[in-house]
Amino acid sequence: MAVIGTASKTKASGKSLQSRHVSKAYPGWFYAPAAIIYGVLFLLPTLLSFFFSLTRWTLFDWEFIGFDNFLQFFSEPFLIQGTFNTLFFAFFTSGTKVVLGMLLAIWLSGPVFAKGYLRAVIFFPVLVSTVGVGITFKELMQPQDGVINASLSFFGIEGPGWLADPGMALFSVAIVDVWRGVGIATVIYLAGLAAIPQEYTEAALMDGATKLKKFRHITLPLLFPATSTVIILSLIGGLRSFDLIWAMTKGGPGFASDVLASIIFKQYQAGFYGLSTAGNVVLFIVVTAIVYPLNRWLNKREVDY
Amino acid sequence: MKREKLIFTYLSGILGIIVTAVLFVVPFIFIIFTALKTKGEAALLEFSPPTEIRFFENLVEVIQARDFMVITAFINSTILTVSSVAALVILGAMVAFVLQRRMTKFNGLINALILAGLIIPPAVVPTIWVLQGLGLFKTLHGLIFIQIAFGLSFTTLLFRAFIASIPKELDEAAIIDGAGPLKLFFRVIFPLLKSVIFTVIILQSIFIFNDFQNPLYFLPGDENATVQLTLYNFQAQFNTSFNLLYMNILIITIPMLILFLLFNNRIVSGMTAGAVKG
Amino acid sequence: MTSLRSRKAMTAIAGFTVAAFALSGCASGDSADSGTSTDTGSSDSGSSSEPVELSFLVDNSDQTVGTAEALASAFTAQNPNITIDVETRPGGAEGDNIVKTRLATGEMTDIFWYNSGSLLQALNPNDTLVDLSGEDFMDNVNEAFIAGVTSGDGVFGVPAQTAMGGGILYNKDIYAELGLEVPVTWDEFMDNNAAIKAAGYDPVIQTYGDTWTSQLLVLADYHNVEQANPGWAADYTANEANYSDTASARQGFDRLQEIHEAGYMNSDAATALFNDGLAKLALGEGAHYPMLTFAVSTINDIEGGDVEKIGFFAQPGDSADSNGLTVWLSAAIYMPQTTEGAEREAALQFMDFVASAEGCAAITEGVGQQGPYFINSCTEVDESLSSPIRDMFPYFETPGATTPALEFLSPVKGPALEQITVATGTGQYTAEEAAALYDEDVKKQAQQLGLEGW
Repeated sequence: MAVIGTASKTKASGKSLQSRHVSKAYPGWFYAPAAIIYGVLFLLPTLLSFFFSLTRWTLFDWEFIGFDNFLQFFSEPFLIQGTFNTLFFAFFTSGTKVVLGMLLAIWLSGPVFAKGYLRAVIFFPVLVSTVGVGITFKELMQPQDGVINASLSFFGIEGPGWLADPGMALFSVAIVDVWRGVGIATVIYLAGLAAIPQEYTEAALMDGATKLKKFRHITLPLLFPATSTVIILSLIGGLRSFDLIWAMTKGGPGFASDVLASIIFKQYQAGFYGLSTAGNVVLFIVVTAIVYPLNRWLNKREVDY
Repeated sequence: MKREKLIFTYLSGILGIIVTAVLFVVPFIFIIFTALKTKGEAALLEFSPPTEIRFFENLVEVIQARDFMVITAFINSTILTVSSVAALVILGAMVAFVLQRRMTKFNGLINALILAGLIIPPAVVPTIWVLQGLGLFKTLHGLIFIQIAFGLSFTTLLFRAFIASIPKELDEAAIIDGAGPLKLFFRVIFPLLKSVIFTVIILQSIFIFNDFQNPLYFLPGDENATVQLTLYNFQAQFNTSFNLLYMNILIITIPMLILFLLFNNRIVSGMTAGAVKG
Repeated sequence: MTSLRSRKAMTAIAGFTVAAFALSGCASGDSADSGTSTDTGSSDSGSSSEPVELSFLVDNSDQTVGTAEALASAFTAQNPNITIDVETRPGGAEGDNIVKTRLATGEMTDIFWYNSGSLLQALNPNDTLVDLSGEDFMDNVNEAFIAGVTSGDGVFGVPAQTAMGGGILYNKDIYAELGLEVPVTWDEFMDNNAAIKAAGYDPVIQTYGDTWTSQLLVLADYHNVEQANPGWAADYTANEANYSDTASARQGFDRLQEIHEAGYMNSDAATALFNDGLAKLALGEGAHYPMLTFAVSTINDIEGGDVEKIGFFAQPGDSADSNGLTVWLSAAIYMPQTTEGAEREAALQFMDFVASAEGCAAITEGVGQQGPYFINSCTEVDESLSSPIRDMFPYFETPGATTPALEFLSPVKGPALEQITVATGTGQYTAEEAAALYDEDVKKQAQQLGLEGW
């Protein structure tokens, strides 16, 4: 499963052909078209970002100002809040997707009536436009006349302000993100479950293991590769998340649901290109500092199993 | 014992249908209901069937808005999705193939770059600067190249995992038969990648068709909007006409719905085949 | 009645010259040649035979497109050899970017429509636009407006619309029902609010779903700032005064906090949209809506809405004596330096037309009059002016009772103001914190513009 595993496990096998043949059959120029596009439009801008984050920049003209942009970034309370919001959003959505995705997959891989329908309906939100989902839930979550609170009040419950409440807004968006993305996690777990050899579970049941024990000692460890894939993919997605937040709150009310990606966009819109790029560098550091070691650690554990 | 199990199967299934109906189906029915209502009725935001069905009127009005912008956007999004996914499949498979088959001292570096492409958030403004320098900013082909650059890592990883499961003996047989690298790749290997190609097509199409952030940055302007940008712009324009806004959501969901109905079964099997073998 | 009022209104707007000092300090770079040779000037010949087509970039709001098209067709009717092709762009920050990039890359249309004041300054007009200061038709443009389109020694645009007021729209039925009078001090305003609240209406409508609407209480307070600290805009531009250290400037944020804390806002303020706000006002659910006067043009489109039931007053300050209106200058029409030859000549002819009584008449006929014009010879006033627009005129007729909004007196305006005012209006920040945050935001903008003293 280890989609994101490093190549260590995929060593080129065998040396039955002479290297001359190898280089002919697997020519280096196969890399070329991809490498050019990737190099020019991804690597080059990434390297440039380190330089431009140290400038005041108008796109036509720049002035070198050292670390002023970063000082600015960390002197404004809403930018710091945005960094914490990013972390909360990523860890909350990623963690919830792991738990819900695993439970749903285990449930849906067992004997369940209308299994095909259930799988399809859970996956369906993945296909719908994120902006469309955002617009829809924005109205469903209206504090006064939205469908959610109208239904809650039918049961005598007074619903929260959702997106209107500064303390709730980010959490509300995070719930919608889980709703939208849990289908992908479920599918990855279903694939992981399908790959567990039947003999393991049968052997365990023969030994008289309880269901809980079977889950703890067989299913959970064998699902580890799936888990690490879900964690890494949803964490990367969560840390960089923009579309849903922008469609639902634009970072508001005020700055209450701002994340790094929305801050970067707002600085860009305001024409603060250097500051926006500094925000990008901060995001780069946050994402890399979390995901890279985590990925290594997960890969190591995976090999151990 | 058996009977209990059967009852459990049905009970949990029915419970599941009820819960998913509330959590997943209601929002979609809300979209459909609202899209069919009159302007005044839609403004109430109620979850109720339309008293008067205005499917055709609303559809025509959305399509005609802003000089048929939805049509332009559909054409743009289709070109964007088809070209970038096609390029991703071919380029990603080529990279994964050579990377998996041929050990050189550069493999470590290449793997690191691929991982970097997955993790690192793109540097937006410098990318715009580079695109401007190349004359590709605000052009559809510029955005196609962007989607390729940003999607390559994930695609290559999926292909690499799958290619590792193809026995090398196949290559050797083909080489001995005198196949050159192009023939080996396109005639022998590529057809074997069918199931993972499906996975890539589905996942990348969903991602690129529904992408909002990259068109927002790299393809601004009314004349070359994509469907997601149209929806976003209409949000302001239609903020008193929820019926039209939701009709717009409905029509831009249709292409992905078709994709879903065609490939629903392939999604899990493709994932299993492509992702699990690693 | 109309003619009397109109004469008075026009002498008044001539007196609306508060700010000639304003923007001149912020020239950016050396003023490039850009001067038009006077001989190409504003001849109203139209006789030269070659047909000319002018491209004209405008933002895509209905009001703008309507005005631009009315001007274009009236002009072409007079000058059949010149046709004007109106091209639209998105509004807001995206539109600003489009204008900036097209100017910088030399791809701008022959003439274009853009804001005056601080947004114009961000275009580096001295390097990119044609200086109109030598043209005869500029004599016809009101002095206060010229201040808003001046940078260094250059004057760059002709006014494309009427003046607009920023203040409080109110529901006259509620005022009549409760026997209230139009307040001229903030205390009277708050007393009215208490009575309105007691009667079960929402005293102050706020609509943070459209964040830009949240800024009004701060921006429309500028007349009061100027009364307390004359010339504040210049100090502010030079970084010698800011919102935190000037009590009168911070007052706008204080007002917002006060209204929030008193519980005077509508309960759905956090998500309501601009259109919801107008509907609440028109249908009598709320009594006051701090807004710009342009908003009243759509009130009749609301089901049950009647613009004659709506009135308008300036945002009150501390003293009744200094009560007055904060005024928004209209957008202007500019010409980039890349427009040359026959096109430049035709464009000057068009600008001459816009800055004439015929131009005003074309606008009034096309989209209706929305306030006083900035053209000295436009003395005719549309008889069918709506009630809130009529309420604007007395301010213009009283000497010293109008002040341009800060964004027309200073190039410095922070981009995050609307988020900061939403955060203040929803109780996340106090006025003091908000003012300090906004000062930081402003600093970024000033540094990006490369202003002196930052």
